[in-house]
Order: sequence, then C-alpha cells, then structure tokens
Amino acid sequence: MAKQLTIFMENRPGRMKSISDVLLENNLNIWAFTIQDRGEFGLMKLIVDKPEKAQLALADCGFACVLKDVLAVTAEKDQPGNLDKLTTALLEKGVNVKDAYGFVSPKDRQGICLMEVDNPNDLGLEETIAAHGFTLLTGKELYEL
Amino acid sequence: MDITYWNKDIETMDRSAIEALQVKRLRELVDQSLKTEFYKKRLSRAGITSADDIQSLDDLRRLPFNVKDDLRQNFPTGLLAVDMRQVVRVHSSSGTTGIPTVIYLTQQDMDNWTNLIARSIVATGCCQDDVFQNMMTYGLFTGGLGLHYGAERVGMTVIPVGGGNTQRQVQIMKDFKTTVLHVTPSYLLHIHSKLENFNTEPNDLYLKKAFLGAEPYSENTCLKLEELYGIDAYNSYGLSEMNGPGVAFECVYKQDMHVWEDAYILEIIDPETGESLPDGEKGEVVLTNLVRSAMPLFRYRTRDLAFVHPEPCPCGRTHRRLSRILGRTDDMLIINGVNVFPSQIEEVVMAVPEVGTNYLIHLSKQGTLDRLTVKVEIYAKMFTGNMKELDALKKKITEKLRASITINPHVELHEPGALPHSEGKAKRVFDEREQL
Repeated sequence: MAKQLTIFMENRPGRMKSISDVLLENNLNIWAFTIQDRGEFGLMKLIVDKPEKAQLALADCGFACVLKDVLAVTAEKDQPGNLDKLTTALLEKGVNVKDAYGFVSPKDRQGICLMEVDNPNDLGLEETIAAHGFTLLTGKELYEL
Repeated sequence: MDITYWNKDIETMDRSAIEALQVKRLRELVDQSLKTEFYKKRLSRAGITSADDIQSLDDLRRLPFNVKDDLRQNFPTGLLAVDMRQVVRVHSSSGTTGIPTVIYLTQQDMDNWTNLIARSIVATGCCQDDVFQNMMTYGLFTGGLGLHYGAERVGMTVIPVGGGNTQRQVQIMKDFKTTVLHVTPSYLLHIHSKLENFNTEPNDLYLKKAFLGAEPYSENTCLKLEELYGIDAYNSYGLSEMNGPGVAFECVYKQDMHVWEDAYILEIIDPETGESLPDGEKGEVVLTNLVRSAMPLFRYRTRDLAFVHPEPCPCGRTHRRLSRILGRTDDMLIINGVNVFPSQIEEVVMAVPEVGTNYLIHLSKQGTLDRLTVKVEIYAKMFTGNMKELDALKKKITEKLRASITINPHVELHEPGALPHSEGKAKRVFDEREQL
C-alpha cells in the first residue's frame, strides 16, 4: 500500500518552507502534495520517494507527522468517465473518501489519483477497483516512478 | 444637589463614633470567630483568646490576616460559626483549583447585607419611583441576588432578568420603562452596539442610572457610557468573601466609593510587608466584615490594589472613599466579568494527553466583549494525521475549559514547540484588551 506523509502545520507564513527545507536537506523528491486547511492550522499531505526517511527527518525537527496508507489509483487510458467508474467501484464497497488529489506520472504521463479513505486495507477493495479496470499502485511502484 | 440617605445617622456619624462602633463590633466578631476550631487555633497563636483582648482599633493589628486559601482549606464548613439550621443563604465563587470559596449568611446577616445595598442604592439618588432591571447573573454569584434584594428593600420595581439575551433586555427596558440598570460595563457597551438592530435609540429608553460592577473599567469607559446613554453611571465594589456588592458604592457626586465603615473595617497594606499604609497611598485592600455572624472573616486580603480618599465628601457622608481598583497583586484575570486564574486553564490543559505542556492565554476584544483564546501545542506522539480527531480534540478542550471557568474559550492547536518558551518564569498570559 502507498504511504502518504501527513504533517501538522500551523497556518502562517514560513511553515511550509520549514517543511520543504527538511525535505531538501535530505534530498527527498516530492511527487504530489495537498493541504487541508482548518483555520489556525492545517494538514500537509505529501507523496515522496522515501516516506520513512522523510518522516524520521521531520520528526527529528519536532514536527508532528505520521505515515498513512492511501489508495494510489491509475487508469489504463485517460478518457471521459474514469472518475465515474472509480466512484462506482468505491460505492460498491461503501467506501467514504476523506481527501483526494492527483498528479501525472513523469514516466508515462499517466494520471495517478491518491485517495485517503477510512479503511484502505479493506478486504476485496483492491479487487473491486481492479474489476473496474484500474490499477492500485504499491508503495514501491509509486516511489520509483 | 439632592442628597438622600437610607440611614442618615449612621451615614453621617462622627469618625470617632464610627471607630467606637467598629471596636464594639470587632469584639463581637472575635467572640464569634472563637466558636470555630480554625480561628481558635489561629487567634490563640496571636495571643487572642477572648474579646477582651480587643480594647481599641489599634488592637485590630494583633489579628492575623486571612487569605483565600484559608477559605479553600476550610471548605465547606470550617469557618461556619453557627448551626447550619440558622443559615438561610449560601453563596459560592467558582472553584479556582477545584475548591470553591463559600460564604454563609443567617437571616440577620442577610438583613445587614441587604440594608447595606439599599443604603448604596439610595446614595445614588434612587427611590421607589425607579424601575430596576438587574442584568447580572443570578445564582451562586453574589452580584445578581445581592442587588436584587437591596433594590426590593428600597422599594424599587425590580425586574430580575439576569444576564444575556440582548434583544429581550432592550425590549424589557422599553416595555417597563426601566430607569436603573445593574450591569457590567462591557455588556452595557455591547447593548449600545446592538440598539440599531432593534430599531432603538438611547432616547427611546427611559434610563437614568446604571450601577457598574463585576469587572474593572476606566474612568473613560464610565464617561463614555454616560454620554452614549445620557445617564449617570456609578461604580461599586464588593467581593463574594465580603458578601458581594454593598461593600463600597459611589454617591451622587461620583467621586469614588464610600466604604460602609460601620460594617467593614478598611485597611490598605503594603502587599510585600503587610504594613499598614496611610490614606492616599496605593496598596492592597484588606477588609474585615463586622456584620456577618454565620461566617466570620477578618483582615481578609482581597489582592485588589487601591487607595483611600480621607477628605470629606460633599454629600455629608463621613465614611471614607475607596479609589477604583487599580490592579491585582496576583494573576487573576477578569474576563467578561468572570474571575479566572491562569492556573485553572493550566490544570485543564495539562490533563489532556493529546496536547503538550506549553500553552498560552491570549485576551483580546471582540467588539466590546472580551475574547479568550487558549493556545495549546499538539503532542507529536499522539498525532494520528486525522482531521476529525483534531476537531474532536479542540472541542474536548473547549468543553473542559468551559466547565472549569464558565466562559467559552476559543481553542487553537499549534505545532509542537511553536509557542514561545520563556526563560525563567514563563509568561503565558498576553492581555491585548484595550483598557475599557
């Protein structure tokens, strides 16, 4: 399962830079990120090439951060109706999406959708998604793009 | 100016007669105190075993001071000097560290207190023609019920509306042609800012006077309120340990507050050394309640800072006047009229495992009302990355704080280590309220 790095971050100038500084110092590459804002604070969510290393480096600098399993879904072909198919698969399993974002793979220009759901390791979820024509990337596949 | 008195003989008594009355009542107080184990021990250590040890007012200084902690340690009945069957009223402060301070009154004590408040009200020129709208909180807080009983005793028409619900307050002021309010200055300012919403102008009201209390405010706020509403505003002073309101009140001249010295002995001391200070010098207010038998309390250190005006007042009252309260000797905060100690907030914060040990208390103004913000750091080891849990954490801290300090705080979550750590004694309170 792919890992997302979730970091607690105060909502004021300079806090994002303090995170990117740590990532740069450790030569970590960012595939995608998003921010969920909640007033005086927010959560920064990152997909990086070495999530464990990133977590340790940030925790060393005092950040509250955790690794969470997320779904990294990719489709065979970019075409209309992909999201509809994916949401059909999720609905079949009764999965609620808490957060979602995406990026384009630098390797083959494929779109990759990242989704935070309540129970990403639910039995049969991967099969259901695959049955609708999607691929669920493993962590390794994702980090080595 | 028209001067009216509730009890002219007492209010205009010679100083020597006041002092003689104080000595007589102080002797009774000592006798009454000796009925409790706590005072018996404390007084005997000071060499006092009966009223005969008090022969003059100078002997007052032989009595030890009492402080708030003495009340807490004797909670609930350690200072009760009468049978509980004689007690007709209990009042209590919010518990600062979990233990509230409580006072008891007999029927006679209630009469004494009510008469002092009636005297205060009449000193401002009120009479039974007035309609009195009491906007203070009722319940265990002494301010609401205290003025209520006093105003009834004067014969005013009393509307016991209590605090809050601005629209209803304004409607009642119009419906019943309220002439006198009892209110915190910040709430009276707040009402003014809302009048427009209710299509009301100050001129549509019948107000003549307001008794301001429960929180400190400046002379400028007083003047501003008088101008905004076209009223006379009167400062008052009291604290629950001394029964509440009715300790000191401004007369029609509004040049600081007469302390009713037949009922209270007023001292101003140097808070560092405990030495008495002469009139005119700023120091800690120390009070002795001479007219409460259920729960004697003498030489009580209020922690309020003020000074005494000894000059005679043009109103003819001989009771000395106390300046407005100029500050505190401790770190007590007054937030929208509620007394809050930073330690209360600390206790709540420290008991929440998901947050760290550093916190900040930030006070600001939202309109005319105080806004309390409590900033805490999240604890990295308990962080799960789940927004719902962070929302729940915030709510939990907010509710625990509200239960402890009775006011609704705004809670902010911060990164671990983000709040300034001060060296030495941490500065955790940032009060950015403009002085009202």
